[in-house]
Amino acid sequence: MITDAIIANSPALLVMIPLIAAFACPFIGRISPAVRNIWVVGAMVLTAAMALLLAGEVFSSGTVVYTFGASAPGMSVPPDSGGIPVRIVFTVDAMSALMQIIGAITGLSIVLYSIAGDRRHTGLESYYTLYLLMIAGVMGMVSTGDLFNFFVFLEILSISSAGLIAYRIDRGVAVEAAVKYFVLSTIGAMVILVAIGIFYGEYDALNIAVIASRMQFTLLDQVALVLMIAALGMKCGAVPMHFWTPDAYSMAPSSITAMLVVASQASLYGLFRVVFTLYNVTLNAATVGWIIIVLGVLSMVVGVTMAIPQKDVKRLMAYHAISQTGYMLLGVGVGLAVLGNQSLLDAFGYVAMEGGIFHIINHAMYKGLLFLTAGAIFYRIGTRNLNRMGGLGHNMKYTMVFFVIGALAIAGIPPFNGFASKLMIYESVFMFNPILSIIAMVVSILTLASFVKVFHSIFMGPRLPEYADVKEAPAPMLIGMGILAAVVVLFGLFPGVVVDHLIEPAAQALVNQGAYISAVMGGA
Amino acid sequence: MLVFGTIPYLVIVALAVIGLATAALKRNLIKIFLGITIFESAINLFLVSLGYRDGAVAPIFTDAPSTEMVMATPQALTLTSIVIGVATTALLLSFAVLIWKHYGTVDTDKIRRLKE
Amino acid sequence: MKMSKIVRTGANILYPFVLIFGLYIVLHGHLTPGGGFQAGAVIATGVVLVIVANSYEAVTGMLQKVVFKAQESIGLLLFIGVAAIAITLGLPFFYNFLANSGSIFGLSVPFGPNHGDLNTAGLIPIMNIAVGIEVWGGLTVIILSMLSGLDRKEA
Repeated sequence: MITDAIIANSPALLVMIPLIAAFACPFIGRISPAVRNIWVVGAMVLTAAMALLLAGEVFSSGTVVYTFGASAPGMSVPPDSGGIPVRIVFTVDAMSALMQIIGAITGLSIVLYSIAGDRRHTGLESYYTLYLLMIAGVMGMVSTGDLFNFFVFLEILSISSAGLIAYRIDRGVAVEAAVKYFVLSTIGAMVILVAIGIFYGEYDALNIAVIASRMQFTLLDQVALVLMIAALGMKCGAVPMHFWTPDAYSMAPSSITAMLVVASQASLYGLFRVVFTLYNVTLNAATVGWIIIVLGVLSMVVGVTMAIPQKDVKRLMAYHAISQTGYMLLGVGVGLAVLGNQSLLDAFGYVAMEGGIFHIINHAMYKGLLFLTAGAIFYRIGTRNLNRMGGLGHNMKYTMVFFVIGALAIAGIPPFNGFASKLMIYESVFMFNPILSIIAMVVSILTLASFVKVFHSIFMGPRLPEYADVKEAPAPMLIGMGILAAVVVLFGLFPGVVVDHLIEPAAQALVNQGAYISAVMGGA
Repeated sequence: MLVFGTIPYLVIVALAVIGLATAALKRNLIKIFLGITIFESAINLFLVSLGYRDGAVAPIFTDAPSTEMVMATPQALTLTSIVIGVATTALLLSFAVLIWKHYGTVDTDKIRRLKE
Repeated sequence: MKMSKIVRTGANILYPFVLIFGLYIVLHGHLTPGGGFQAGAVIATGVVLVIVANSYEAVTGMLQKVVFKAQESIGLLLFIGVAAIAITLGLPFFYNFLANSGSIFGLSVPFGPNHGDLNTAGLIPIMNIAVGIEVWGGLTVIILSMLSGLDRKEA
């Protein structure tokens, strides 16, 4: 009975638990640091459990609708409202559930890592408060079915991220990165708000399902679409709006960088949700699809070419993150370009979308892992400069193994998860346009080249005298990295299972706009 | 009537352009933040003027005359946006304080340690 | 930098009135324009008035950052907490279980225009109070942090 109640309320609990834990953190922190660590880890475990429970519910019995403040969670349309959802509605379909799983797994491993990795800093109460707020922001963004609510969670996420980027002030340099990030993301969020205002003025609604059911694709809608794509593309770090990414990723503490990857993917989710669920076939699918494809290809190429000459290991990884975001945009963009044409969609459109969506979850895992290994190295030797590293493979064996797993996964080498999703993208995109597929493969080879160089300069070579007594990273950090590495390997070994049970429902949920609308509006 | 109805939107566009131009062209960090705040105000004005109805009264039930009422949603949106704006401005200004402490300047041309 | 005696005395006299006005706004949030955020902002303005009239050093003994930080967290926890009580009663998050229940803030509202009764609206006034506490604390912490960041020598 109590489990039923928990499952029924899991969409709300998913946001509520991190919020309560975050606000109680300053009090708990006064007792003792150990109690605070247990509190934070406990809250994160509970949140992850909620996300997995909810995902199980969604994948077994379809979209879950949760209405805040109604007399029953499923009552999204009150009987006396004339068929309009008036309250804030959380609509969790397969795509949202997938993003929640990403947030839960990454969030949990990062918190375990942080317990050891950020122990030496002051003000940890605020650090964990902001971190849990980030989790709440991500979970809210991917669950909500209300546009304005989406904006609010987006702002919660960017304010807490900005605070955390500047957390390690680092003679002001981190603050500089945070200012850059925050100025851009504030303007981006305001632009999203303009688009929301346009929707509200036109359709008198804020609920995504209602707007989608009334969508006309007038000139104003086109303006709103452009604003949305620009702002969310900027937030997910796509070229040509990527300038904040390397700075913010390299200056934030490594644990936060891994979380920022998830945060930018929540923005990517927002972009896909807007394009597929809000507009779907009403927009000119080929044109918008090509815009997203071009953004993706640009991100892939520019990201990887900027990455190769970098000296700072985290800056290098940040440019690779831009490049990998391009793959997701490419895959899903191809799916969008053939939306509305069922035969092409069946031939390669779905596979391309599944590849793109699979790449989202894979990217969060291996990129998070790579940033965490970079953080572990920084924790032990205190530099991020590649030229000053070397021979660490003798002393940090586990970290090296995790780094190799992450590096091979990002370069798309079997049997790791990056290979599985990239193969799906190559095959399907080749049928759409061979040149795009070839570009994607070349970028992948360049990624491999870049990571071979990084691997060599960090771990290989003789033992350097200044790092002779460097120790392995502490156990909690290794556990955090281990969770992510295990997921990377498992997804790589059994891609079929993952695609069938997680990715395909997510792709279907994005394409099938009618199911989303009827889940909220009740068959209307 | 039409002209009167469009005035708020003209003001919004003007404010948004002023705000964005200030944020993009000025080199003083504080002025950039001021530009962002002006841009935010433009959007708040946009949201609240969406909800304007001619001759309607505020949606408060105490002793209201029985005429048309304004929908409260745009005002709630504006209020939420203002609240978020306060948090944003506070965070930006504390960043400015930190930058001033560590760099001794708020000129964006001189805040360039990241590139090294 | 201390202001003149007139300003300081004026601010000290005004301070309780500003507080009372803020509390009035927060309590009538569900009946009149205003609510938790506005009230919190009004009260925080009163705090700023005192800080500006006196010097920063003089007020830090009276207004301690720790207290306001705690106040901020308590307000937020109260807000989420009342919303969460509904879940333990088997109702959705944020369900207004106090409205029309006859207990505190539980009178039902008569139909049509009326004067409004303070003892109505269920959870909404409680949440207004929570937000009021939070914003009061939060804005004051912001102001105190900004002032502590100033360079004393130049002032």
